[in-house]
Amino acid sequence: MINIFGVEADIWIVAFSLITVIVTIGMGFWSASKSKTAGDFFVAGRSVSVGWNASAISGEYLSAASFMGIAGMVMNSGYDALWYPVCYACGYLFLLLFIAGPLRRFGAYTIPDFAEGRFDSPLFRKIAVVFVLFIGFFYTMPQMKGAGTALSYIFKGLPYEIGVIVVGVVITFNVALGGMKGITLVQAFQYWAKMFAIAVPVFVLMAVYGDYGKHLGVNAAPVSQPAVESVIRQPLPEKAPADEKWISPFGPLTSKAAVRAKLPPEEQKPYSLLYTYSLIIAIVCGTAGLPHILVRFYTNPDGAAAKRTTMWVMILIGVFYLFPPVFGVLGRNLLPDLYSGVGAKGTDKVVLELPRILNGQCPGLGSIMSGIACAGAFAAFMSTFSGLLVSMTGALAHDVYGRMLRPKSTPAQRMRAFKISSVVIGAVAILLGTQVEGLEINFMVGQAFAIAAASYFPLLFMSAWWRGMTMQGAAAGMLGGGICALIGVALTNASDLGKIPLNDFWVAHPLVRILCEQPAIWTVPLAITLMIVVSKLTRKSIPSDIRMKMLVLHAPEKLGLKQEYIQEHSSGH
Amino acid sequence: MPEQSSHSSGPDIHSEEFLHRLMKRQLRLSITCAATFMLLLLGLPLANYLFPQFMSIRVAGFTLTWLILGVLFFPFVWIISWVFIKRSMALENEEADAANKGKP
Repeated sequence: MINIFGVEADIWIVAFSLITVIVTIGMGFWSASKSKTAGDFFVAGRSVSVGWNASAISGEYLSAASFMGIAGMVMNSGYDALWYPVCYACGYLFLLLFIAGPLRRFGAYTIPDFAEGRFDSPLFRKIAVVFVLFIGFFYTMPQMKGAGTALSYIFKGLPYEIGVIVVGVVITFNVALGGMKGITLVQAFQYWAKMFAIAVPVFVLMAVYGDYGKHLGVNAAPVSQPAVESVIRQPLPEKAPADEKWISPFGPLTSKAAVRAKLPPEEQKPYSLLYTYSLIIAIVCGTAGLPHILVRFYTNPDGAAAKRTTMWVMILIGVFYLFPPVFGVLGRNLLPDLYSGVGAKGTDKVVLELPRILNGQCPGLGSIMSGIACAGAFAAFMSTFSGLLVSMTGALAHDVYGRMLRPKSTPAQRMRAFKISSVVIGAVAILLGTQVEGLEINFMVGQAFAIAAASYFPLLFMSAWWRGMTMQGAAAGMLGGGICALIGVALTNASDLGKIPLNDFWVAHPLVRILCEQPAIWTVPLAITLMIVVSKLTRKSIPSDIRMKMLVLHAPEKLGLKQEYIQEHSSGH
Repeated sequence: MPEQSSHSSGPDIHSEEFLHRLMKRQLRLSITCAATFMLLLLGLPLANYLFPQFMSIRVAGFTLTWLILGVLFFPFVWIISWVFIKRSMALENEEADAANKGKP
């Protein structure tokens, strides 16, 4: 234990975390100095092998929610939380089946690029940019919670808000100064760092305290089977959910609204089923519409390599997601004190704190394992927050400033705009981050996915497969679905954080509460319906070269239609 | 296309028929894979709902439903995506070869 500015900290944990921060920043600057422009990044990326690229995509994908949030949520809510990792991984399948191929062939790097290219509409591009910016903040909040939680764990007694501010400021300045460009090498390294940091402590813990199945086995089954008492178990505090509720489907997470409304148990189950389905739709469709993941499909030399990459991403992510629930299960038996903690002191830090109990068996080992876990957590929220900050700042500086406000600005002015934008966005993200201590990391990410599921996914899916789609239809569906989901989610969060008094209303209307908390089940169909109806009404504005566009989206790349399309397009203007 | 005569130069890739058939084949493949996947994904909550006793049978400490969702689901998804990738690459090659047929 060392003492820094009056706060206690474990020397090993500080060392591991600091090394991760320094290596991440250092590698970012090192690789940024090698590639100067966004164009370089893409061209350089195209020579990247399938293995590296798959690691890089996985590295970018695994955020604080995956690293810390899932374990915390499994510990808190049990079985129902398992839907999150499964659907995070399975959403990739939808991306592969319906969206990755067409978008890659079309050659649109971002959602605004696709929106403009598919509908020949600079106006729609602007709408999409504003929307991308807006939704981006929903992804930054859980990363900030991860940062605040990790820092207040490492430095005992440090307030959560200070942790958020420190990490937020460091990353923001790093981005503003030009480090942390989304370079394949850094991201690939991050994946393996996270994989190592989650797997090693799990194996050591299981070797010492008993394996996954044994720890799960001590939770009493609902049917009359005797529980297997083969592992040592700490007594559960009062706030922890009971064994039977925890291990069975339709537990505390999905039945919360119905329980609050004091419905009898048999009437709770349909509500839980509805909640489960809505959650599945949100995460599967939300993953398929994730904007910052799509970019990497272009860093493959050809379509076949892109598909093989996706296959590998699914394997890498799937293997990773086996581990966080183990932390949740072990944490419930070995560290139940976390149930009594609130905010940053709660179950979200189980991945970081659980390995420390090894100190009781072998002094020092626990600190080292906990240090490794902290290093992984830093890698997780730093990479994701930086990636989001870069893409949001890019949208604000290039699209909003460079195209909308000052189309005639010089490169130097744009560079300054990029720096100012990153500070502005970083400041907003920090401010939002300090407000969300009371919400679970994983829950917040799930809600961001629910918004993406109702906006980006219908946009990408319908535009790629339905030629009758018009710009008006696309905009109406994306905004209609997205804004409805946004309002539902915002109402839920604001009332849970005590900002608006809606609790009596939720108790009286559990169904409305579920449909606000998990809106995907109605907002995704709403978005698609709006797209079809409005497109039919505005049939005249279907782009005149729609057949060519559809051909580029679907014809095998071997036929070289993309080049033909670009030539036709540039000669036509 | 078994009835292609030897002097034809393959389908015209700019024709309506080519695009229509191509998209239909791709969509059918994607939907078949998605449906197989959805069957398990959406079927599991239903199985939990209808057969809670059966789904809570213990297998090596795990409940059956925990084992399926927390462990076995991932390999299942890998298999579906592997099948999809194989088939979709075969489909693309077939279409590209047919379209290039007869061209110099």
